[in-house]
Amino acid sequence: MSTDIPAKAASASSLWGLAILPILLLGAVLAYLVATGGGLQALTGPPVEQVKIGRITLPERGVIQVQVVNDGPQTMTIPQVMVDDAFWAFTADPPGSIPRLGSTTLTIPYPWVEGEAHKVALLSDLGSVFEAEIPVATLTPQLDGNLFARFGLVGLYVGVVPVLLGMLWFPWMRRLSGGAMNFILSLTVGLLVYLAIGTWLDAQEFAAALPAFWQGTPAVALIALLSVGVLLAIGGKRKTEEQPLGLSYRIATGIGLHNLGEGLAIGAAFALGQGALGTFLILGFTLHNITEGVGIVAPLVKRSPGLGQFALLALLAGGPAILGTWIGGFAFNPVLATVFLAIGLGAIVQVIWEVGRLVIRNTSKLGLPVAGWSNLGGFTVGVALMYFTAFLVKF
Amino acid sequence: MSHWFQSLLSRRDLLRVGAGSAAALVGAQALGQAPQPAGMDHSQMGVTPAAPPKGHGGHGGNLMVGTVDHARNGFDPMQLLTDWDTGKVSQLPDGQTLREYTITAQEKDIEIAPGVFFPAWTYNGRVPGPTLRCTEGDRLRIRFFNHTSHPHTIHFHGVHPAEMDGVPGAGPGEILPGGSFLYEFDAEPFGCHLYHCHATSLKRHIHKGMYGAFIVDPKEGRPPAREFMMLQNAFDTNFDGANEIYAVNTVGFEFARRPIPVKKGELIRIYLINIIEFDLINGFHLHANFFNYYDTGTTLDPTSRIVDTVTQGQGQRGILEFRYKFTGQFMFHPHISEFTELGWMGVFNVVEGADYAAALQEVGLDAAWDRRATQGSTIKGQGA
Repeated sequence: MSTDIPAKAASASSLWGLAILPILLLGAVLAYLVATGGGLQALTGPPVEQVKIGRITLPERGVIQVQVVNDGPQTMTIPQVMVDDAFWAFTADPPGSIPRLGSTTLTIPYPWVEGEAHKVALLSDLGSVFEAEIPVATLTPQLDGNLFARFGLVGLYVGVVPVLLGMLWFPWMRRLSGGAMNFILSLTVGLLVYLAIGTWLDAQEFAAALPAFWQGTPAVALIALLSVGVLLAIGGKRKTEEQPLGLSYRIATGIGLHNLGEGLAIGAAFALGQGALGTFLILGFTLHNITEGVGIVAPLVKRSPGLGQFALLALLAGGPAILGTWIGGFAFNPVLATVFLAIGLGAIVQVIWEVGRLVIRNTSKLGLPVAGWSNLGGFTVGVALMYFTAFLVKF
Repeated sequence: MSHWFQSLLSRRDLLRVGAGSAAALVGAQALGQAPQPAGMDHSQMGVTPAAPPKGHGGHGGNLMVGTVDHARNGFDPMQLLTDWDTGKVSQLPDGQTLREYTITAQEKDIEIAPGVFFPAWTYNGRVPGPTLRCTEGDRLRIRFFNHTSHPHTIHFHGVHPAEMDGVPGAGPGEILPGGSFLYEFDAEPFGCHLYHCHATSLKRHIHKGMYGAFIVDPKEGRPPAREFMMLQNAFDTNFDGANEIYAVNTVGFEFARRPIPVKKGELIRIYLINIIEFDLINGFHLHANFFNYYDTGTTLDPTSRIVDTVTQGQGQRGILEFRYKFTGQFMFHPHISEFTELGWMGVFNVVEGADYAAALQEVGLDAAWDRRATQGSTIKGQGA
């Protein structure tokens, strides 16, 4: 017995040693490469310059601000700036060279013209040119109470109102037969599949604009997968039939993250062309999103969760549209937008899985084939509702 | 790229902007009201802080930030205005004047705008190369050394035997790396000419910097004047077949930052050469003045009288003569606004004769520069 303990201790320390050894050796190799070049000097090529031009804002008349991220392999400098093919004075904050992964904000005192397009080009010390466009010049909205309230209102119309209205079908749905209700659940799956595809595409668009080192496309896929995994793990032993409210909350969360993305896009577009967002378009989104309310309450038909729960669900699914509009309009961050949309994608995929299983169980209880006309019809109607109402917001 | 902005637009198409509605409002923000640049700190790159632009210099906010280190470049555009190379002069047995020059092709990174470096191919380490100046009928011997890693030539605009034409396939053809050749011919006709590399690929050999002025004075000379050599060039810094920076004598906006001092009433003569690539034409427009123009400089009578704008195609050149009626700062630039805003813009600082020494001093010039400007002719009794 007494000899066992030190032996265990010894094996524990040797275990740690074995784990650390490769790391120590890696450190040594890295140090050697940095200090001596590792005999690869002959492979040193010409410098590679790469920057990503991020957000361009027009904070006041006669001023353009450009965010620049160095996503190339080396430190680089932007000694000159052109606007509309004219060299222009500017200041950089912070000034000087931009280290790899570093960023700077350029302020250019340029008399831009309301409603017209402008081109910004950055000239590197080695003569590379990086261009970005201001498609429609307009004053970037500044945070003030009035605008904040109006943006909030837009989010309300686009997110909360349609979800709430959709939920008002709940009393009607409760009177439906088992077969008809299963049709509605299939419809919910269709609507969620539509949203999953849309969220994936939206996330990819944000991801494509990120500096290269973020690896946008794989990041979206991995975050979405991880979200599915985490949500499944949390849900582990849960039986959907026994906790339909939980499923409704998960659907509401997924839809909420999707609506956050919608809000971001609307807010960011506001930032580009304030007031150009027509009432017609808001109306379109209201119609487009009304089916979401149906999907959220569909699992609840056998319960009476109370008005408070309905209000919370509506807020969870629709509220993020308000938040998104604010963020998109006042403080857009493409990295966070990508992450949120990827999580949203994962959440939607997870509820597709859950609602799908529910549909399968219900169908077999009714003695119908899973891939029968009823389920297929519900699914198709769900997709079609989303697809055709989207005609109002895509033109 | 602000790709996501555009993608947002195309995706949701939230914007249908009635463009132009408020367009006029912002136009009120006049150019000249833009604040002066505080300047980026390029100290690690050896760029000295910007000198305060003088008068017009800068054209509002349309300017480059910082200054070019001419000492490191090894040449100063202001000095190139009056830097005539009349060669090593001697007499041939038959009495003909012999002028001998040495030109070496060298590769060199030059700073063409503050903080922007261009991998130039040069004659004698400068862009443009030396301004060769001689008298019509002189015998010229130009010893050419190629100290670069590419074949090069010197092709002179003038009259000469085929083997002296400096093109592939004639005489020595392209002069290989490490090689040399003696170009020899008589200077004719008189005029404002140029020389450049004619190795292939031609565009690249020219736009990389291998060109210079070749001025042949008429035997009878021209009226005494303050003379400047202005070579209009441009640089394709990212090698996409379009120029990024335009200039006179290589450095963009240099003469906007340091206006060229001249005296009110004196005759001013400009040897103007256009060597830009990619853009078909270039030009010269003088503010608040008119000039006589001698196309190619091959006549003693003006080919255009009393004009304030000339257009030159690629390789075209000519001589301008004018006097200023008023003192003050007067801009000159091509009436091609794009080139103007991309660096090809300068200013004459016209002063009374009594104030000239001070005007010289203001932009760091000395009496030697003044002397070269007024005594550049190779005609005896007119120049050095």
